[in-house]
Amino acid sequence: MSAEAHDHGHANGHDEHEHHHKDTFITKYIFSIDHKMIARQYLITGIIMGVIGVFISLLFRLQLAWPEESFKVFKIFLGESYAPDGILSNDRYLALVTIHGTIMVFFVLTAALSGTFSNLLIPLQIGARDMASGFLNMVSYWLFFLSSIIMVSSLFVESGPASAGWTIYPPLSALPQAITGSGAGMTLWLVSMAVFIASSLMGSLNYIVTVINLRTKGMSMTRLPLTIWAFFVTAIIGVISFPVLLSAALLLIMDRSFGTSFFLSDIYIAGEVLHYQGGSPVLFEHLFWFLGHPEVYIILLPALGITSEVIATNSRKPIFGYRAMIMSIIAIAFLSTIVWGHHMFMSGMNPFLGSVFTFTTLLIAIPSAVKAFNYITTLWKGNLQLNPAMLFSIGLVSTFITGGLTGIILGDSTLDINVHDTYFVVAHFHLVMGISALYGMFAGIYHWYPKMFRRMMNKNLGYVHFWVTAICAYGVFFPMHFIGLAGLPRRYYTNTNFPLFDDLQNVNVIITVFALVGGAFQLVFLYNFFSSIFYGKRTVQNPWKSNTLEWTAPIEHIHGNWPGEIPHVHRWPYDYSKPGHDDDFVPQNIPMKEGEEQLHH
Amino acid sequence: MTSLLVIIVLVLLAIALWQLTKIFDLTQVGANTNNSQVANDDDNKLQGYLMFGFLAFIYIFTVYGLVKWGGLVLHTPASAHGAEVDNLMNITWILIFIVQTITQGLLYYFSFKYSGKKDQKALYFADNNRLEFIWSVIPAIVLAGLILYGLYAWTNIMFIDEDEDTVDIELYAQQFNWTARYSGEDNILGKANVRYIEGVNIVGVDLADQYAQDDKVVKELHLPLGKKIHFKIRSQDVLHSAFMPHFRAQMNCVPGMVTEFAFTPIYTTQQMRDMEFMQEKVANINTIRAAKSIELVAKGQPALDPYTFDYLLLCNKICGASHYNMQMKIIVDSPADYKKWLAEQPTLIEQVKVANTPAPSPVSPVKNQDSSMLAKETKVIAQVAIK
Repeated sequence: MSAEAHDHGHANGHDEHEHHHKDTFITKYIFSIDHKMIARQYLITGIIMGVIGVFISLLFRLQLAWPEESFKVFKIFLGESYAPDGILSNDRYLALVTIHGTIMVFFVLTAALSGTFSNLLIPLQIGARDMASGFLNMVSYWLFFLSSIIMVSSLFVESGPASAGWTIYPPLSALPQAITGSGAGMTLWLVSMAVFIASSLMGSLNYIVTVINLRTKGMSMTRLPLTIWAFFVTAIIGVISFPVLLSAALLLIMDRSFGTSFFLSDIYIAGEVLHYQGGSPVLFEHLFWFLGHPEVYIILLPALGITSEVIATNSRKPIFGYRAMIMSIIAIAFLSTIVWGHHMFMSGMNPFLGSVFTFTTLLIAIPSAVKAFNYITTLWKGNLQLNPAMLFSIGLVSTFITGGLTGIILGDSTLDINVHDTYFVVAHFHLVMGISALYGMFAGIYHWYPKMFRRMMNKNLGYVHFWVTAICAYGVFFPMHFIGLAGLPRRYYTNTNFPLFDDLQNVNVIITVFALVGGAFQLVFLYNFFSSIFYGKRTVQNPWKSNTLEWTAPIEHIHGNWPGEIPHVHRWPYDYSKPGHDDDFVPQNIPMKEGEEQLHH
Repeated sequence: MTSLLVIIVLVLLAIALWQLTKIFDLTQVGANTNNSQVANDDDNKLQGYLMFGFLAFIYIFTVYGLVKWGGLVLHTPASAHGAEVDNLMNITWILIFIVQTITQGLLYYFSFKYSGKKDQKALYFADNNRLEFIWSVIPAIVLAGLILYGLYAWTNIMFIDEDEDTVDIELYAQQFNWTARYSGEDNILGKANVRYIEGVNIVGVDLADQYAQDDKVVKELHLPLGKKIHFKIRSQDVLHSAFMPHFRAQMNCVPGMVTEFAFTPIYTTQQMRDMEFMQEKVANINTIRAAKSIELVAKGQPALDPYTFDYLLLCNKICGASHYNMQMKIIVDSPADYKKWLAEQPTLIEQVKVANTPAPSPVSPVKNQDSSMLAKETKVIAQVAIK
């Protein structure tokens, strides 16, 4: 399509729209179709979910460090049904673990991270008035909100929330006789996830269409900021893989409620043989991980995209190997859809499949290594502006490497035999996707806060937040590798029944102390975030002296983003410290000078 | 006591936070009156130093961890294939440590070295094909080596030769305990399905099957030294995972199908107990337990028993409320002891006959009740059983 013709049509359409449009409180703050407002809605909902998710993890860390002891906090926050006499009960421990995983993976790191920054940045960075469909975007957010409400409300079900682990493997998740959480709690979990998937699909389709169709004049695919590339590819793998989870959830609902046998067979429980025959839990594992593994990259790629942008801006240097970064995003996305079996080496599937998945899994280390090396090279000979966002980005590269390297062990089927489902796995994935993605999210928040809320966050509180978080994150997950290699299985309520593991107990105490301190210091962030909305220093239009288009838009939010015409793009987004320019940055909308050369490939 | 501790920790945290913000504030006194909340040269300098400090933290913490916790890691494997697994593991670890040390070093050193200054200009360095080629190819080659070694080992471990002379044993999982079934003289396990479960026949053996006639069902797993054991693994209710960490062995137990794993034990339980590292480990654990016992006795609770090493079979797939206490003792015997022990065990057919004799037999109802018991009650019973 002709970008120019399209541009005019679109711009005019919206300008007219502006004149007729009067915002009421409801259309402006609640059922808004403006992508900037929807981004903020996602962010704040996500932060609330994050507080719940992290708080839950601190609760069960207490139990792991001081098993079966009575705690006042349990009495206050969990009450008698979870913690009789302040002692967390064993089935509710699993419920907490399950809900922690679900909330963090789906509601915080998928929805809040992608939802916030895709919504905020895609239109602003590609030079569009709004998303392709503002209405779909609004529906997407409200479905996400609804699914959050359902998930949180499942915590209050009398028989307990879903307790089968966030992977909800049947038969445990299918049979209330197997664990009480598989009753009403699991039903709510499945309903919530179905709604969540609908929300995610609407969001993703919107992102894809917007990136393909609404780029401003001159914004070719190879001039897109890496953030947009990351969001774009993330949306594609989301569209490919989330429907498979939906199908798994639907089949599971049928097994649970309508007596089908997709995943169940030959079961004797509670003194009787059940009628199920011919199904296989391994089928569920395949369906689940066909989403589950791409999900890891759905979480991580946006964080890496944000990091690319933040590192380049704050290094005052072009991102090193722009095309290689795009290639590796695409390669990671492609490979991520053919490696799911590495979660199932021990599932009883044919060992030959294990060989295939080992091969594809270790291949994914190559584009990941390229990304890590490129980040490091971007720092080399830079002029690093160590803003909080930059610190979190550097932290991300660090935890991405530390966590990624242990993936070489877990992805190798032979080595996985003995570390599968131990704390080694917990340490690995928390570092490589949990902490890394959280750092990416924090980097994004600190960096684009002025764009979202027109004020700056306090940098000193940001520094405190980063350093304590960085030390505590390693303090929690580094020792965890050792107890995993000692053979300690995950999801154990207490290890006291195994004298064999008695010597690991003091390590568990250390981990919990780091977790509590790290958790407590997130309050610094929360305070900084919420107080800056009202009392933060007013921002200037381009506080970080960045090249991308969002900083050419006025500080005040207007529906349609730019008051006049949409800026046109004349260069790639990484012309930082380009020789021949007075400033150390050249925004994308500045035309090339006479005789100026494009210095990158 | 705990609440006091919590309060102290919180107060200390608050003080630390206050001091930290003060330090950061002080670094800006006089230097710059502009309060734009964007990092200035002083921030860059301080944060640059902190980056370097953090690198030191990572290195020191790594070394500290290796020294302090390295000994906790599983030691000498007790199975024939274990050495191969551990060897691959060690090679991978060396590689990981080299890459980790170099990359983290560069990352934080650059963050320190190139922290921003007013007149500093960054180098415009957008790409370099040779560099990118190098760091795509080196990981590719190294990984190819690891993949080949890994696949070779995997094939050796997982593909069980049907003609090989193995001892066939069934591992049977249910919430929340393990049962083993020995195939007897014919070395063939009789047919089984949960639909045959009745009374003492808790694993659902088809008693009419000719191969089932000499099968023996037991609650303690004995393995003969030096013979390849071919495990056929079943579950009656939910997913479990048969995890035998000392043997570097694990396989999920899937209702509706039979999964397999095979290994050869190479140290008897006694030999393993006598190993130097094991004696140190057990002594250490017993010191911990003794200290804990003193606390418990002071509270009027019974003391903990001293620990002696045994191989264990653990459940390693979330399977319900008492997942954390689903274990079975494994005893590796010399072949002679093994034979003797096995001969002493009654066959299932004999057990069924005894159970079905008219005399009132409480065995079967209890067994059934066992699996239907509520999770919390199981927990109590399981704990009693351990003690």
